[in-house]
Amino acid sequence: MGQENAFLAAWRLIVELDPALVEIVILSLRVSLTAVLLASLLGLPIGAALAIYRFRGRGAAIVIFNAMMGLPPVVAGLVVYLLLSRSGPFGGLGLLFTPTAMIIAQTVLILPIVVSLTRQVIEDLWQEYEEQLRSLGSSTARAIPTLLRDARFSLITSVLAGFGRASAEVGAVLIVGGNIAGYTRTMTTAIALETARGDLALALGLGILLILLTLLLNTLAYGTGRFAQRTTG
Amino acid sequence: MRSEPRVELMHGVPSILPLRLEAVSFAVRGKPLLTDIGLEVTSGQRIMVLGPNGAGKSLTLRLCHGLLQPTKGRVTWLGAGANTPRRRHAMVFQRPVMLRRSALANITHALALQGIGRAQRKEQALAALRHFGLEALADRPARVLSGGEQQRLAMARAWALRPEVLFLDEPCAALDPGATHAIEEMIQAFHRAGVTIVMTTHNMGQARRLADEVIFLHHGRLLEQTPAAEFFEQPRSEAADAFMKGELLW
Repeated sequence: MGQENAFLAAWRLIVELDPALVEIVILSLRVSLTAVLLASLLGLPIGAALAIYRFRGRGAAIVIFNAMMGLPPVVAGLVVYLLLSRSGPFGGLGLLFTPTAMIIAQTVLILPIVVSLTRQVIEDLWQEYEEQLRSLGSSTARAIPTLLRDARFSLITSVLAGFGRASAEVGAVLIVGGNIAGYTRTMTTAIALETARGDLALALGLGILLILLTLLLNTLAYGTGRFAQRTTG
Repeated sequence: MRSEPRVELMHGVPSILPLRLEAVSFAVRGKPLLTDIGLEVTSGQRIMVLGPNGAGKSLTLRLCHGLLQPTKGRVTWLGAGANTPRRRHAMVFQRPVMLRRSALANITHALALQGIGRAQRKEQALAALRHFGLEALADRPARVLSGGEQQRLAMARAWALRPEVLFLDEPCAALDPGATHAIEEMIQAFHRAGVTIVMTTHNMGQARRLADEVIFLHHGRLLEQTPAAEFFEQPRSEAADAFMKGELLW
């Protein structure tokens, strides 16, 4: 099949809402968005705490989280694979090669991004707020929700960075999900597979959709952020 | 020492004053910034803390307010009411920090930090805004208010906390004359309600208008604590005399 035909076929798959394609897209979004949600629930408070508490080993913790932002997805996948495999500590749960395993792997992968970017944002804000909040009687722990709330527009970017990484990676979901058709096949693993098999139309269709979806999500986030910022200062 | 009845703010609660600083020193990495400060703040006074830049005025306020701990010496609230858990002194900074929410929500947030119940917060916050004629600002996002409005909001926030002592660190340094006047009016309102004022300023006209007593600091030392009339007539220390004449000090 020529590449020109591949483009046309790709468009047809998208426009006709090919069921296989739709299924893959929905699974991908479910996995990545759940991972982003979990990583945010954990990462935002951890990042904020790392920004404002002073303790022994804080510097080391910051360096480790920063370094883990560059964690190769295949390594994250391998670690989760070892934990979830039959002989691993959580083998009994039978999670390997399920969407849940993929969510866990992606959460591990993007947690450092959310933590590190949040820490930077909150650290800057704390510089500005600390005296005032302490004067008003805020404890350090009580300051965390206040700071997260006030930094919400900047934090959208850290969460989006996490989503970007989750939706783009292949390695982690491939290792722990196994790329099982109709069950754990995501956009990225499907693209890798279909390209290798020569089904360029499906690969291209998925590639285009992946980019469009990422664009759409970022547009929504940017738009709501700007709108909220205009109305609340 | 004046003992006006504090009808509006205190409801007969025992006072936290006097506040005493005994041989207070503060150093950062071995560098002394305040040395051997001793002073006492009694009820109802308006005390102006004067001195050139770097004299340690802001540091002294922060030590009194508990934002900093002295390296040496003691800061003690001696009054019978000093042991209540709620902090009954507030501070207004040169640049107020407003949260990214409405003016009213900024005050209710401060009240929440004081452990005041949800139902009571809004009422108390609105009362504070109304007291200073700021109710029109209630729903405006605090961050987009002008500098003068933000500082007035900071004063209203302090009022809502019902403090017995109000510390002000150059509250008008960034404001135009109109806004400065408005803040001075608000300071007088606190004073009339029986709140003790401890304030730093570089504006000598303002110091003369507001002061009952002057504390003069220079190079991290307290050179005098003098009744205002006497200080502006003739300061006791040479440094304060030179400072008042506008001669360079540091």
